Amino acid sequence: MSLKDIISPFNVWKRAAQKPWTIKDPLNDRPGADNYRGFHKNDFDKCVGCGTCEDICQNAAIDLVPVQTVETDMSDSGLRPKIDYGRCCWCALCVDVCPTGSLTMSNDYTWVTDDPEEYRFIPGADKMKWDDCEKGYKRAENFQLIDFDRIKMNELGVEERSSSFIEMVKGYSKEQAIEEAERCLECGICVARCPAHMDIPEYIKAIREDDIELAVQILYKTNPFSASCGRICTHHCEDVCSLAHNGEPIAIRWLKRYILDQVSPEEISKILKDIIQTNNKKIAIIGAGPGGLSAAYYLRLLGYEIEIFESNEKGGGMLRYGIPEYRLPYDQLDKDIDYIVSLGVKINYNTKISEEAKFNEIYNSHDALFISPGLWNSIPVNITGEELPNVISGIDLLNKVTNKEEIDLGSKVAVIGGGNSAMDAARTAKRLGADVEIYYRRRIEDMPADVEEIEEAQDENVKFFPQTTPLEIKKDGSGLKFIWGNNKMIYEEGKRPKPVLIKGETFETNLDTFIIAIGQNADLSFLPTEIRDNIETKWGKVVVNELGQTSVEKVFSGGDASNSKADAVSAIADGHKAAVGIDRYLNK
Amino acid sequence: MSRISKNKYDNFKADRSKFPQMENGKAIIDLDSHKFTKLWQGPQHPGVTGNMAVELTISGDEIVQAKTHVGYLHRGFEKLLERRKYIQCFTIVCRICVPEPDTNEYCYSTAVEELAGIEIPEKAKWIRTLNMEMSRLASFLMWLGGQAGSLGMGAIGQWTVGMRDFWLDLFEEMTGGRIYHMYMIPGGVRKDLPEGFIMRAKHLVVETRKLLFDIEKSFFNNAIIKSRLKCLGIITPEMVDEYGIVGPNARASGKEYDVRMNNPYLKYPELDIKMITSMGGDAFTRAEVRYQEIHQTLDLISQILDKIPEKGEIQAKIPNVVNWKIPTGETYVKAESTRGEHGFYVVSDGTKYPRRVYNRGASYTQAISVLEKLAVNTSISDLAGLMVSLHTCPPEIER
Repeated sequence: MSLKDIISPFNVWKRAAQKPWTIKDPLNDRPGADNYRGFHKNDFDKCVGCGTCEDICQNAAIDLVPVQTVETDMSDSGLRPKIDYGRCCWCALCVDVCPTGSLTMSNDYTWVTDDPEEYRFIPGADKMKWDDCEKGYKRAENFQLIDFDRIKMNELGVEERSSSFIEMVKGYSKEQAIEEAERCLECGICVARCPAHMDIPEYIKAIREDDIELAVQILYKTNPFSASCGRICTHHCEDVCSLAHNGEPIAIRWLKRYILDQVSPEEISKILKDIIQTNNKKIAIIGAGPGGLSAAYYLRLLGYEIEIFESNEKGGGMLRYGIPEYRLPYDQLDKDIDYIVSLGVKINYNTKISEEAKFNEIYNSHDALFISPGLWNSIPVNITGEELPNVISGIDLLNKVTNKEEIDLGSKVAVIGGGNSAMDAARTAKRLGADVEIYYRRRIEDMPADVEEIEEAQDENVKFFPQTTPLEIKKDGSGLKFIWGNNKMIYEEGKRPKPVLIKGETFETNLDTFIIAIGQNADLSFLPTEIRDNIETKWGKVVVNELGQTSVEKVFSGGDASNSKADAVSAIADGHKAAVGIDRYLNK
Repeated sequence: MSRISKNKYDNFKADRSKFPQMENGKAIIDLDSHKFTKLWQGPQHPGVTGNMAVELTISGDEIVQAKTHVGYLHRGFEKLLERRKYIQCFTIVCRICVPEPDTNEYCYSTAVEELAGIEIPEKAKWIRTLNMEMSRLASFLMWLGGQAGSLGMGAIGQWTVGMRDFWLDLFEEMTGGRIYHMYMIPGGVRKDLPEGFIMRAKHLVVETRKLLFDIEKSFFNNAIIKSRLKCLGIITPEMVDEYGIVGPNARASGKEYDVRMNNPYLKYPELDIKMITSMGGDAFTRAEVRYQEIHQTLDLISQILDKIPEKGEIQAKIPNVVNWKIPTGETYVKAESTRGEHGFYVVSDGTKYPRRVYNRGASYTQAISVLEKLAVNTSISDLAGLMVSLHTCPPEIER
């Protein structure tokens, strides 16, 4: 021990003269770091109430509760997170997993209140002093805990697919499907949006756990057309997927297809083990489309005897005669239909109900009727020259291709319309060897067709002429002369932009065939006058109540003829709904 | 002692009659003899390192027997983890050690990454290394204050805890939290370094060195500190392996073992780092070894700040954490904390939840068996200093 050791400690006094480190007013002089995990904020415009924050919170500090200012709709559960600061540990895991990016944190340090109940609050709904605070914890852009990128689907190359009718989408392998299924957050917003309210998160979970049997059972609870829907569904569920806000939605449609791809038709009946106990009541169904057949399936499960009347030689309706084979191969459609038929549903093919007497006989000999005739009348464009021989409708073209009839479209074809039917007609014409152009009166982004359909058509070298109006078709030697004008768009707030013809700007194109695909109408002429007069219709569609019943008590309706969405899954939902309606009607 | 004349000292015979008789290595303590008193140090006592208690049997002011009692802090971390998804666990593991949470975060995250077969990007590794060293520094500063405070020198504690707060400011900028950073997450780290962070960190390294210079003068060159810490709680080299002592406690007894060098992880192989050992084995040597390690850590932080790449990914691609299943397997990941080897043993059974997470902290032996041995024959007043010199963190004992 030296003298130094005795003197040296007095050094501590040196620091006594220094400026203290203590901050006198820390709350004002020392704000939180830019990145500090302070109190929660929630942007209600972005939040969809998916509940991923609630799921991931390991303290169970988050509850999703209804909020007065938020309305529930198809893409929003109407619920918002309520945070309990008695449980929260400020780990910000909820912020990191928020798929919409609505949940963030401010960098505020303190919050003092004398009412402990206030510490359970709904960020965004309850006004807080830090609401306008810009700084605070947000998920970093290069950091993600949920997978925003979809597993790429294998497809045929453009060259290969634009010259054949082979199915272009190849489907997921088991590994791909499980990987894609793992992306699901199980929020269930898709269930509300799906017209058939399929239990999407549950069957995705079954895929994840590689339990195909369970998955098939879940599918058939709400949709007996899963092999078809897994290919051609308009998949509105994917539009509202909570992952779609910042990334790509789950490939719900392809996953559904994956399930049915794993089982053979024989296996379906083994898995479902549907047992029918006949109740001796008879139901007639007009039209063996997806609506009619799904009504048949669910009614048959309830024990009814079903007789279907179909004018075509095969079932499936628009799925067979309106959708080209490269999107929905016929064997897949047959797989769905065969299972329904195997339950003892009787289908009379090539039976068009054209006379009143025939309808009345059916009407009187059955306990209830379900009519789903579909939309088979093409809407005309109403221009001169529409009656010329080489002017055909899109639905006629698709119909002929299905029936394997000889078709000569020539080398240059114009399609008018912007819906899925127009895309189908154009791409079918392309596969028949023609050069195809699509004319549409609004812009490409206004087209009602699916974006992927439009993109695929563009890939296949179909030319698009948006903002054009057909004016006249003339005969020109062996072909046609098509005269069209350009449109300008007039924008009105809250409405779709309106196309207005620019005067004087007209153009001519020489064509071999002109295809009209701007929409279709229902043909209800098969109904006897007495019933047709009694059935309420609106905009050409049969009006039904929430259980598919028309204003004629005994007659139920569904499918394209009565719903405005005019897609397969809505028709299937109608069929299921009407089955419940008919059952209630007959057992009341 | 110096006041006793040589002559007297020669004839001095301590009265050992008050000490308990030994039988088969165990002390026979008869409290009815009134020679012994039971005294509890803790669980609420400023001289105890955290929530634990030492049950003392004293004779006069001399400790004749010590027994560690824990259980005041048991929150069942390991069991809690078994009921949480892999991603949810990182918010809990940091709570196992308050002054140094990042070692837990690192070990847990790395264990999950190893089981899932994930390699994190380079930049994330650098940031993790920086984070680990910063957390070692913050923990050492806290210890230094505690060591001085336990001997009655409060000034050092105020300085080091003040300086630690500046490092916590940097943690706040970097991670978004001051104490529980919850920053290292399976797959990488949650944020890139903020703008200007490296400059501020370098500045703070200089400031910390200045403070250490003052501390050296007033704490290490201090007659009182030396007289109280020297020869206190000697860990002999033989004890090291016998008791499973690790970290600075072992290195102060000549054991050359530092996980950063013996089993290099993260970016340590790319850093210039030398093992610090000493032979004294007493509390003062341990303090000196730790003091040198603070300098070493500051040096490493400077090296990392120079070498950290400006750009780069901070996270490896991981699947959706809500449904993240980890393949079946088991792994043990260890890292060097301020108290020594700190490890996580994780077992997965192929589900979304860990089957077993086991945490091994250095305090487990150091605060129980080692303390119980070393405390005997010291005085009550030295016990606090002894406990701090072993650098105990009670939550590690009861996970």
